[in-house]
Amino acid sequence: MDRTTQLGVNHAPDEIRGFSVAAGLVGLRRVMSLCWMASAAFGRSLAVSGAIWLVGPGLGVVPRAMEGVRNLAARRRELALRWSGVEIPGPPGPPPPAPEGASWPAARYRWIMSDPQTRREWVWVLVDPLAGALLAFFPLALILSGVWGVFLAFFGVPLSVEWDGLWYQFIPVEGQATAVLAGVLGVLQLPLALWVAPRAVRRHALYTRSMLAPSESELMAGRIQHLATTRSEAVDTQMAEIRRIERDLHDGAQARLVAMGMTLDAAEHRLESDPEAVRALLAEARESSSKALEELRDLVRGIHPPVLADRGLADAVRALAMVCPVRTEVHVDLPGRPEMPVESAAYFAISEILTNVAKHSGADRAWIDLRYDRGMLRITVTDDGQGGADVSRGTGLRGIERRLATFDGVLAVNSPVNGPTMVTMELPCVLPSPKTTSS
Amino acid sequence: MRIALAEDHFLLRDGLIRLLGAHGHEVVAAVDNGTELLDALVERRPDVAVVDVRLPPTFTDEGLRAVLAARERVPDLPVLLLSQYVEPLYARELLAGGGRGVGYLLKDRVTNGGHFLDAIRRVAEGGTAMDPEVISKLLLRKERDVAVGSLSEREREVLEWVAQGRSNAGIAQGLFISEKAVAKHIGNIFTKLGLLPTDGDNRRVLAVLAYLDQ
Repeated sequence: MDRTTQLGVNHAPDEIRGFSVAAGLVGLRRVMSLCWMASAAFGRSLAVSGAIWLVGPGLGVVPRAMEGVRNLAARRRELALRWSGVEIPGPPGPPPPAPEGASWPAARYRWIMSDPQTRREWVWVLVDPLAGALLAFFPLALILSGVWGVFLAFFGVPLSVEWDGLWYQFIPVEGQATAVLAGVLGVLQLPLALWVAPRAVRRHALYTRSMLAPSESELMAGRIQHLATTRSEAVDTQMAEIRRIERDLHDGAQARLVAMGMTLDAAEHRLESDPEAVRALLAEARESSSKALEELRDLVRGIHPPVLADRGLADAVRALAMVCPVRTEVHVDLPGRPEMPVESAAYFAISEILTNVAKHSGADRAWIDLRYDRGMLRITVTDDGQGGADVSRGTGLRGIERRLATFDGVLAVNSPVNGPTMVTMELPCVLPSPKTTSS
Repeated sequence: MRIALAEDHFLLRDGLIRLLGAHGHEVVAAVDNGTELLDALVERRPDVAVVDVRLPPTFTDEGLRAVLAARERVPDLPVLLLSQYVEPLYARELLAGGGRGVGYLLKDRVTNGGHFLDAIRRVAEGGTAMDPEVISKLLLRKERDVAVGSLSEREREVLEWVAQGRSNAGIAQGLFISEKAVAKHIGNIFTKLGLLPTDGDNRRVLAVLAYLDQ
């Protein structure tokens, strides 16, 4: 997931050392795709420029054209990371929405330029067909030139006569000797191309980063935006929770206690006259009291489950698994207890997912895996059900996502149709040193 | 009966002492925290301990832990846990040690004095008294287990009552069937759960364990 952009991530890109034919060949293949992508960038740049200057339907076309550019940029970011270990941060936020009534090219141009990321991508897509292509083409040019040299070694002399003098780089091909020299030079260029190719790929990645990476302050702005959103969502969720608790108390336990008081009052009045009716009223009052207790218990369980408070996340999840209608296995590898809010968010997320599994998945079995790894609480819930779960459709999953976002956590759902469903959650947190239990 | 009591809430502790006293039981110790509870259980050796799960100093599962520690030193010490909520996980831990003389009830059950005193008596005699709420929660997953799933509707019902710690007579009365029918159902349950007659009287508890601890 690419929702949270992290600040200051600067992976040292792998330096390339030495010479290897295999690495060279891989590099050549890569520069070839980069060249191909430069031509794609050329197409996109034409599309965007055309869309901007097109009066009339231009406004509708611009966002689509820019989307194409954004996808191309995303692909290049991915390749830079995979091929060269160069991490290029993604756009800090979505592009701004199209302005109303911007029918004139100038207005559309201003709109594109108003978002720094869009502006950067536009400049990049204009430059890449030239700069990117040159960088990527260099090793290929060496190969072509090498082949040309070898060709000249065999056919250079007659060709030189026919073309009225011929130069191979700095060698005038005049006779057999200079033709052979051109051939030798050409052959030498082939290993040079193999040596250059992986380095060109890396250079290309660095050049792409310099073109596409948002500035520190933009990343910071994106980060602030993210925090503001999650904070307001957290406040909303909390308010909704408080309202729910208030309503539950008001309609539930409180009402029952009032009813109980009235029943007891009625009993008191009939104490002398109708002892039999009093017995029934008292039984009713007791019933009310146990219903009120039951409701309070459910309420407490919904706020902060006692077993979570007592034992922490691991045992609370085991307890969930025990009562889950789907047979559930739990594996825990936690060296300590996370902070309470994180624990609680994780617990309710797992609880919600298990409810989904029991209700919708049709699964026979489920597996929960809890582990802590380098500042990250990782939770995986897998089931062998029919799959097809979708975050965008399920309000439950969306709710979990929001809850986790408050803690900078993310949720990923992998649920192919017919396939198993795997829900993964990651929550950054710190674990204190293992708690010593006093027994 | 000599009863040890652990409850940190003053009103409830007082009420329990009065309730138990009114029924002719002797409260030999009434403590309000886990540490004192462990000492009281080991030194006074009550006939039965009535214990709140959540106790000071940690206000978590201090009571349960004290009880489990005490049962390590005094095997089969009868214990009835009381709590504001029932947690199947705790029920399982309580039963894990062999499950003789244990009970786990919601605190509300004390409002029905008859049931509550009956549960204390059963636990003191080495039986079990599980709250119907634990049983019903675990019943949710009945279908997922092959052994328990192979029980008939009636057998499951009978097992549920056995899990609560009822005698054959009690079950017969509750389900409006003859005691002989109950015995027959229980026999079938033992067979289906693979419990051999050599397991002796403990088979009832083992059946409950099979039920709770799949």
